[in-house]
Amino acid sequence: MSHIIVEDLTKTFRVAERGDGPFGFLRRRKREVHALRSVSFSLREGELLGVIGPNGAGKSTTIKILCGILEPTSGRCEVGGLVPWRERIRHVARIGAVFGQRTQLWWDLPVADSFALLSDVYRVPPTEYRRAFDELVALLDLGRLLTTPVRQLSLGQRMRCEIAASMLHSPRVLFLDEPTIGLDAVAKLAVRDFVRVLNRDRGVTVILTTHDMHDVEALAERVIVIGHGQILADGTLASLRQNVLGERRLRIQFAEDVGDLAIPGTNLRQRSGRSVELSFDPRETPAHTLIAAIAARYDVEDVHVDEPPVDEVVARFYARHELEAR
Amino acid sequence: MSTALRPYAAVVRARFSVLLQYRAAALAGFLTQCWWGGIKVMVLTAFFTATAGAPMTLPQAIDYVWLGQALFTMLPWSGDPDVARMVRTGDVAYERLRPLDTYTFWYSRAVARRTANPALRAVPMLLTAGILFRLVGWSAYALRAPSGVEATLFFILSIALVVALSAAVSVLIDAITVATLSDRGATVLIAPLVIVLSGSLVPLPLFPDWMQPILRNQPFAGLMDTPFRIYSGHLAGGVAVLALGRQAFWVCALVILGRAVMRRVMSRLQTQGG
Repeated sequence: MSHIIVEDLTKTFRVAERGDGPFGFLRRRKREVHALRSVSFSLREGELLGVIGPNGAGKSTTIKILCGILEPTSGRCEVGGLVPWRERIRHVARIGAVFGQRTQLWWDLPVADSFALLSDVYRVPPTEYRRAFDELVALLDLGRLLTTPVRQLSLGQRMRCEIAASMLHSPRVLFLDEPTIGLDAVAKLAVRDFVRVLNRDRGVTVILTTHDMHDVEALAERVIVIGHGQILADGTLASLRQNVLGERRLRIQFAEDVGDLAIPGTNLRQRSGRSVELSFDPRETPAHTLIAAIAARYDVEDVHVDEPPVDEVVARFYARHELEAR
Repeated sequence: MSTALRPYAAVVRARFSVLLQYRAAALAGFLTQCWWGGIKVMVLTAFFTATAGAPMTLPQAIDYVWLGQALFTMLPWSGDPDVARMVRTGDVAYERLRPLDTYTFWYSRAVARRTANPALRAVPMLLTAGILFRLVGWSAYALRAPSGVEATLFFILSIALVVALSAAVSVLIDAITVATLSDRGATVLIAPLVIVLSGSLVPLPLFPDWMQPILRNQPFAGLMDTPFRIYSGHLAGGVAVLALGRQAFWVCALVILGRAVMRRVMSRLQTQGG
């Protein structure tokens, strides 16, 4: 049975705008913004879903509806049998959420005090709280941060604390809205490792929105691409890659000067001196055949086969759907 | 001179033209000034035309003033600065993530805010006006003890209702802040009402007689006027009980109103971002 069901979800905002002229503030115009046009998907318990799309595509709106913060204009949505906005209090007690650009910790309080306050808010029994607390402190290496006021934490340290804060009541579903935004490489890896542990070892269902395709590559077996308030693709990253930019890249470092290269089944991407980058379609020309053919004709020092970077795949996909940040 | 001053002149020009755009704020300011002016004229009129005896004795008025100074921070003339900040930054979404009734959640915070500040401020003020003044020989201007046992008990009950009422008004301001995406509007509108109609500026009994029925039956009287008059015995017996009843009525009414506004605001919540 599906754990999260989203059917035909639409959300239309009315935005007030100033009229023209010096007395424009007296004549407000209303403009309708279609944040979601018709979004449907479902998720099994324990799945990890990555949601990507340009700014303004509808990612955060979807998450906020699933969290019970926003009411959709129409459509159906259930998380674990509850309608988020209708049974908000029961629903939010069972989920965790982190919004990367917001904070849920009390700015002036030491981290540990914020955690204690949250355990009261979520009515977590003391023994259970102790267990969750110890586990999270160990997993996210928070030991030295606990007595520090939140305002003095670096962004990376704060984000680790934010994620711990969202898990203190042991929710079975975790929503992460751009959790790695602005983080340095080390902090990003720490966040990804933790999410992986939660999902793979603890079976927590995770929905993750991000602009960092490496998050998706590292974590999500399933990806939804949202654009213009609609789902444009839903599947594995590999299938998205296959559909959009299935080619491979072959970088060759020749040991000798080679003249004009004409290797069948390939396109020349770039060349500088003895190093050359070619693209090819692995379904037509398998990599090993291609490399063997080249090695037979030239003296080759090094070869390297790569997929196009995931950012390029996604950028190509956005371009194909004329997606631009609004 | 032109090159030396040019950057500063440009700043003046740019800032001036920016500030000229706040026409709505200017209109609100104008209305506020009209309102304050009207109040002052009315108080002076009452003072100069008073023919009958004064509506309250001088010692009663003095008690009223010192209690007002001691408990000034109990007045809900602004919303919760945390809510205003959350509205600006969008963190208000997190408040809806808590498995709590948001109205009661914010009401609890307002209760803390309306008791913590006065707790800090009231003690030194009461000690100064009640004891120090006597010690230095200003007994005529000092705060007196409550007028009796009944007055003391009613005063304590009335102060508890002040906290409840003040928190209800605070949360109403918070809800309006969320609806209008700024704490400016609600504060500009409600602050003068609270300060004048609670009796904080001028004790309510000093307003003209024809205004008394209106002043008695508006919610803000329960924020200061009621407990202070009970304290000094200006309201006593059945009249005091009736005044306490009015306070309790306004607590209920404002909580119901606040809840309705909050429900409406939260169901139409719009947040920034895709």
